[in-house]
Formats: sequence, structure tokens, C-alpha cells
Amino acid sequence: MLELAAVTAGYERGRPVVRDAHLTVHPGESVGLLGPSGCGKSTLARVAALLHRPDAGTVTLDGTRVQGWRHRAPRAQRTAIGVVFQQPRLSADPRLRLRDLIGEPLRATGRRDEVPSRVAELSATVGLGDDLLGRRPHEVSDGQLQRACLARALVLRPRWLVCDEMTAMLDASTTAALVAVVEEYRSAHGAGLLTVGHDRVLLERWCDRTVRWDEVAPGAAPVQG
Amino acid sequence: MSTRPAEAVVIAPVADTAPVLAVRDLSVRFRMRGGRHVAAVTGASFDLPAGECLALVGESGCGKSVLASALLGLLPGNAQTAGRALLGDTDLLAADEKTLARTVRGRRIGLVPQSPAAHLTPVRTVGDQLAETLRELTGVRKADLNKAVLAAAERASFPVGHLDRYPHELSGGLAQRAATALALVGDAPLLLADEPTTGLDRDLVHRTVDELRRHVDKGHALLMITHDLAAAERIADRIAVMYAGRIVELADAKSFFGTPGPRHPYARGLLAALPERDFTPIPGMPPELGDLPQGCAFAARCAHAAEACDAQPEFADGIACHYPPDEGASARAPQPLPAPQPFPEEHTGA
Repeated sequence: MLELAAVTAGYERGRPVVRDAHLTVHPGESVGLLGPSGCGKSTLARVAALLHRPDAGTVTLDGTRVQGWRHRAPRAQRTAIGVVFQQPRLSADPRLRLRDLIGEPLRATGRRDEVPSRVAELSATVGLGDDLLGRRPHEVSDGQLQRACLARALVLRPRWLVCDEMTAMLDASTTAALVAVVEEYRSAHGAGLLTVGHDRVLLERWCDRTVRWDEVAPGAAPVQG
Repeated sequence: MSTRPAEAVVIAPVADTAPVLAVRDLSVRFRMRGGRHVAAVTGASFDLPAGECLALVGESGCGKSVLASALLGLLPGNAQTAGRALLGDTDLLAADEKTLARTVRGRRIGLVPQSPAAHLTPVRTVGDQLAETLRELTGVRKADLNKAVLAAAERASFPVGHLDRYPHELSGGLAQRAATALALVGDAPLLLADEPTTGLDRDLVHRTVDELRRHVDKGHALLMITHDLAAAERIADRIAVMYAGRIVELADAKSFFGTPGPRHPYARGLLAALPERDFTPIPGMPPELGDLPQGCAFAARCAHAAEACDAQPEFADGIACHYPPDEGASARAPQPLPAPQPFPEEHTGA
């Protein structure tokens, strides 16, 4: 269970972006969180992915209350969650070849010997050929880079996936391809999914359950248009 | 001083029915290190009349933004162009930088940019930027400037109370309207919108395209470049589908999105991938523009590919495919392709 209770979070003191948000994702369940731009849904996704410490509230991951975020989170919790961000360019180290980008989480957690087999396996899953694996981010398209970023999120076999507008920059075919990869992984490993976006049609097609932002954080101030 | 010789290409006087923009066999390629070439656009042809919106759709990296840059004369120095793009009697590909800068950009082509946040000057207010553009493009008198700024803001539904704000103080939707207001100042007959809805949420996409549609209905011609099929369906009269640098299908928007639907296998796959339709991806990925196959670029991903697809299909009757679905299973009779427009020997962009 991934449980967010009464979460308030923001970037400036006294000006929270998210107020009193409640959200639960059961193991193996896929939940789509719908909200307009600027409502705070990405911030909540970062809290759920243990990447942003909330000002108040609790996050419970598989029965354990989360005490630390980012580098303060214990490795067992950090590696239980795979994250895919909206903009692959901003979430990929420009110096790494795609092959190294995908294998980096294994290296960072001392599982270097698994790199060749896992990278080969996952690059086939997301459809990246040998030629593309040898390139750096500036030599590939947004869609190809996002494929690599998804492979990187899956490389540690996380029990949870958090996708923040994963497909917002992509065309229809690449979107359908990446969603199919996520769903295949989930049905093989029983992972839970929290995906955040503003495309109602996409999320309703993709997820078991969609929730609107005003249901998650009913106390939120109305968003300016 | 002798009289100047007439232009090499004589164009008949523009009648009411003449298209605002006529693109003929437009190709753009980039010269890379080691003498390699990247063919970003190959043999694009289309007409765009006043009061019509043509949406150029295709996935990122298919060459559609390069086509827009070519029309504006904004290609980098290693680009070579061939073919013609006639805006009235001006060939945009042959025009020099002075002509483009003084008579075309802003005055005859208004650009609605991809990212208004990056397009607007961050250190000056919206009103200030509108005033400067008005002074430059319309020569409005100083005494009338304030009134003109208000009118220009109004045209794009930009709230006049926000004119003294800086770009970073605007929401995505308002920044988009500010950029649209700037694009409309010169009253250009042709509007060029390059991915105007990227990163906006659905409501804002609808509002942005509805506003653009309003300007089309007032008589502007709009070329909208986008990968957002839903936005294209909402705004366009006609759809051009681009794949690996070529226009593979040119169709009426109603029949493309409704029945009988798209005809080219790529276009059918793209539409079927939408979450409101089959949600199934097209297998494989598009080819590299620097390493295109000899034949049809889509053949490797196409369920209908056969021997004929080893040759480049000719664009005829709105589609570039050897096996158009509505013509039965037999391949079109092979026809010799017309020789493509050659690239000039050593012409590089300005």
C-alpha cells in the first residue's frame, strides 16, 4: 500500500502548493490523478516518489511510515519506487549514453554485475536498438529518450511506479507504446501505479481508477486560469 | 540607370481565389560533417487559401518544424533548400534576408510560437512589447499608441488589466494569448503556429485552438504544426500527415477524423493509437532522417508492405502509398517518379 495522508507540501515557507491531500494506491492497482496545470499534482507525485519532503502529513509505504526523503530515505524504500518524469531531457544526464543511463540505478545500488543482462532485456522491452543505446541524449528524439527513461525506472524491478505526465511531450503512437510497456511490467510483477496528468481520456483508458484533484485535496485554493 | 529585368518567375496577379501560400516540391536538407546529408523535408507540396486552416501533423523529429523554419527563412547555415514556397508573388526560399526581415516576418507571416514563455522578452512587460511591435510594424502615431495597444490586446482576448505584467507573472494560457496578440499585430495574411498547444492542459488547448480558429474565420490562413491530433481535429479544415520528412497524406479533416478515415497506413496507425480509439502503438520507430531507406520510409513498420514498397511511392490523389486501401489489393501501376527539384550546388542559408 502507498498511502498519503493529510499531506501539505510546497517550496516556500507558509505558501503550500498542496494542502491536506489524501491518496491511497493498493498493491497492483493503477490510479490516475487528474488535474489542471499548476494545481500541485506534480508536487504530490514527488512526495509520493519520496523526492520531496512534505511540510506536514504522512506517507506510508508497504506498511512502513516514511521518515526521510531523497537521500535520507533508506535504500529499501527508495528503490521500491520507479519514477518517470514529464521531460526526458531534464531527467537524463546528457553525458551518459542511453545504455549507461538505463543501467545507472543498478550501478548506484552496487548491482553492477546485473547491468548487461538487465539493460539488454529492458531495451528490447521498450524497443531501443543497439545503435540507439550507444548514443547520448542529444542524439535521440524525445520519444526515444523517454523510452530509455522508462527502462531506467523499471531496471530495479520496483513495486511502485510514479509517472508524472510521462507522455505529455509525445505523439499518439509513442504514448500508446510506453503505456503498453508499463502495463506489461505491472501484469508481470504486480506493481502499483500512480500516474499524474491532465488528459482525462488517456488516464481513464489507462487506469483502474481515476481521481480528480479536487477529490484528493478538497481544501485546495481554486487554481487561477 | 537601366530598368531592372523582370523577375525570372512571373506570377499572375493575385486573384481572390489564389492561395495565400503555395508550396511546391519544397525540400530541406542539412549538410553534416563528413559530407553526409540529413534530409529533413523532401518534396512537400500544398496550397493554403485564406480563411482555411491546414494542420501539419506528425511525430517529433519528422521534419515539420524544419518546414516552418524554411518558410520564415530561419534555417541554420548548413541548410540547403530546393523547390518553391510562394507567399503571394514572393518566393520565400529565394528571398534575401533583408526582404524577409523587412517585409515578410511579422508583416506577411505572423508566428505563434511553440513556447510563449521563451518567445516573450522576460525583462519587459507585455504592453511594452506590444507597443514596440506596433511602432515597428504599423507606424502608429505616438498619441494613438496606447489605444492601439489596448486594441491589439483585445484582438487576442488578452485581459488589458494584465498589460503591465511581465511574462513570468502570466499563466501558460495568458502567455499564449500575449504571443498570439504579438503575432496578429502586423495583420499578416498567413499565420504560422508551431506546436502552439505543447504542455497546455486540455481546457487550455481547447481555448487556444478556438481562439486561433476565430482568426482563421476572420480571413487569415493558418498553418498549424502539431503532434496533438485532438487539437488538429478541433481546428483544421485539412490535414497533412508528415512521416520521415515527406507528406504522405493530404486530406479533408472531416473525412480524416470521421468516415472513411485516414487512408495512409501510417496515418491510420497514428489515429488508432489514440486512447479514445484502439490505443495500440504502431510497431517499431521512425527511421533516422540521415539514413532513410531507398523506398517507402514506412514500409518497415507497415503491415501491408510488399515488393513494390522498395521503390519510393509517388504522391498522387492525396496519398503517397503503393497500396492505397480504397483501390483494392493490387499495387498502383509503377510510374516513373518525376525528377526531384535539385538542390543548388553550394547554396547555404543566409
